[in-house]
Amino acid sequence: MSVFDLSHTPLRDLNAALHQVPEGANDTSFTVDNPRGHHAVAVGIDRPVSVEVNGSVGYYCAGMNDGGTVTVHGSAGPGVAENMMSGTVVIEGDASQYAGATGHGGLLVIKGNAASRCGISMKGIDIVVCGNIGHMSAFMGQSGHLVVLGDAGDALGDSLYEAKLFVRGAVKSLGADCIEKDMRPEHREKLAELLERAGVTDVKPEEFRRYGSARKLYNFNIDNADAY
Amino acid sequence: MCGIVGLFLKDRSLEPQLGALLSDMLITMTDRGPDSAGIAIYGAAHAGRAKVTVQSPDPDTDFSGLEAALKAAELEASVAVKSTHAVIEVAADEVGRVRSVLASIRPDIRIMGSGDRVEIFKETGLPKDVVARFDVPSMSGTHGIGHTRMATESAVTTLGAHPFSTGADQCLVHNGSLSNHNNLRRELVRAGIEFETQNDSEVAAAYITAEMAGGKNLGQALTSALDDLDGFFTFVVGTKSGFGVVRDPIACKPAVMAETDQYVAFGSEYRALASLPGIETARVWEPEPATVYFWDHENAA
Repeated sequence: MSVFDLSHTPLRDLNAALHQVPEGANDTSFTVDNPRGHHAVAVGIDRPVSVEVNGSVGYYCAGMNDGGTVTVHGSAGPGVAENMMSGTVVIEGDASQYAGATGHGGLLVIKGNAASRCGISMKGIDIVVCGNIGHMSAFMGQSGHLVVLGDAGDALGDSLYEAKLFVRGAVKSLGADCIEKDMRPEHREKLAELLERAGVTDVKPEEFRRYGSARKLYNFNIDNADAY
Repeated sequence: MCGIVGLFLKDRSLEPQLGALLSDMLITMTDRGPDSAGIAIYGAAHAGRAKVTVQSPDPDTDFSGLEAALKAAELEASVAVKSTHAVIEVAADEVGRVRSVLASIRPDIRIMGSGDRVEIFKETGLPKDVVARFDVPSMSGTHGIGHTRMATESAVTTLGAHPFSTGADQCLVHNGSLSNHNNLRRELVRAGIEFETQNDSEVAAAYITAEMAGGKNLGQALTSALDDLDGFFTFVVGTKSGFGVVRDPIACKPAVMAETDQYVAFGSEYRALASLPGIETARVWEPEPATVYFWDHENAA
């Protein structure tokens, strides 16, 4: 188990150590103390390491995570787990803007609230937010799942592709081409699985509504040819 | 990019540390803007007196003998020089004359701000150098705002630095960039407002000043700004008794706040707040877009 105290150890030492873990290593646990809002904490992980961060982080924490498990005992700034490929990131507090941006895979769990543009351009990441999300979330989301136990702000799913959105609370407004859709058994099943993976036990899939693309914006209709 | 910091003290025992705390916060934001920096500190008011902070491109010439020159123009004043700036203190009922008197005896001097309590210092250079130049860490006060600049719309100059004065004891700092500032500037010039720079933030400050001159209070002026200003902005406005915050409706530009029993703090990034006393248990949140917030001593914060 390696401990990095960022109040006297450079951040680069932490990230370098995370990148130098040999394949098949036994000692893969890291603890980070005193992050004090540092940016780029635990970025670029590509091994199944686990990182416990004791405090709040700045921008892009666990960015590009591929196979690691990162837990932040605090809040996260903008872009947490951006471009995650696989693995798990858990934020015990709140997350700022564009959490999980352009993520390709893995699971991002935010126990508190996420801010605007949560899951923007998501490409396969699964995001579970126990609180609320801000405006323009899942903007141009291509694939993956966004599960929100609280409320969603304005323009949810604007210009959505095929990401699936599940919201339990109120949606302030829907974005362009985003509509409410039927919850069918396969959706309830998937939602139950996501909630279980996120460790959320006190809500049921039936309490959620599903939102998705109307598919009119991202598909070309020949009748509109002279608009271009 | 730009970085903004603000600190509003509820606990009077922290007042002697205001300058030091705000300086640390600003220095932490250096990465967001290395071009220039500025700070507005709201210190003690002296009954019946008002202060005018001025700047000169040639301080040795302009500030030399300034007190005597003002007296000769029948303006009793005390002048405290701090590097390229000076704080001119006059009787409150004389403060209106300062601008015209200076224009006649020292035409190169520029007014940074005026009021009962505010002193505004800004210069090109890194935050650590700017705060050292003006001895900000030793200043005390009830509240203050600071800014570090990454110039995007106009040149890196002293006058292009923030804060920009918007009225007595009032000033504005801006993170973001406006897109309709040239148009707005033309309209404001037609309305008689003078500009020193091509800076977009100077236009925002002048817009707010003009709206208030037209009868709006600061809150109403900031609300109008949401409709009339095109572009990205997080604004922090220092007022005589506190500060205000507003973000544009898209809210791309960051804003984090922290509150404890001792203070309300603002930073463009959480790390600007990370060294404040009691931050571990502070309430930390982000202001909502398109919403005007105020923290005010007069309204008991």
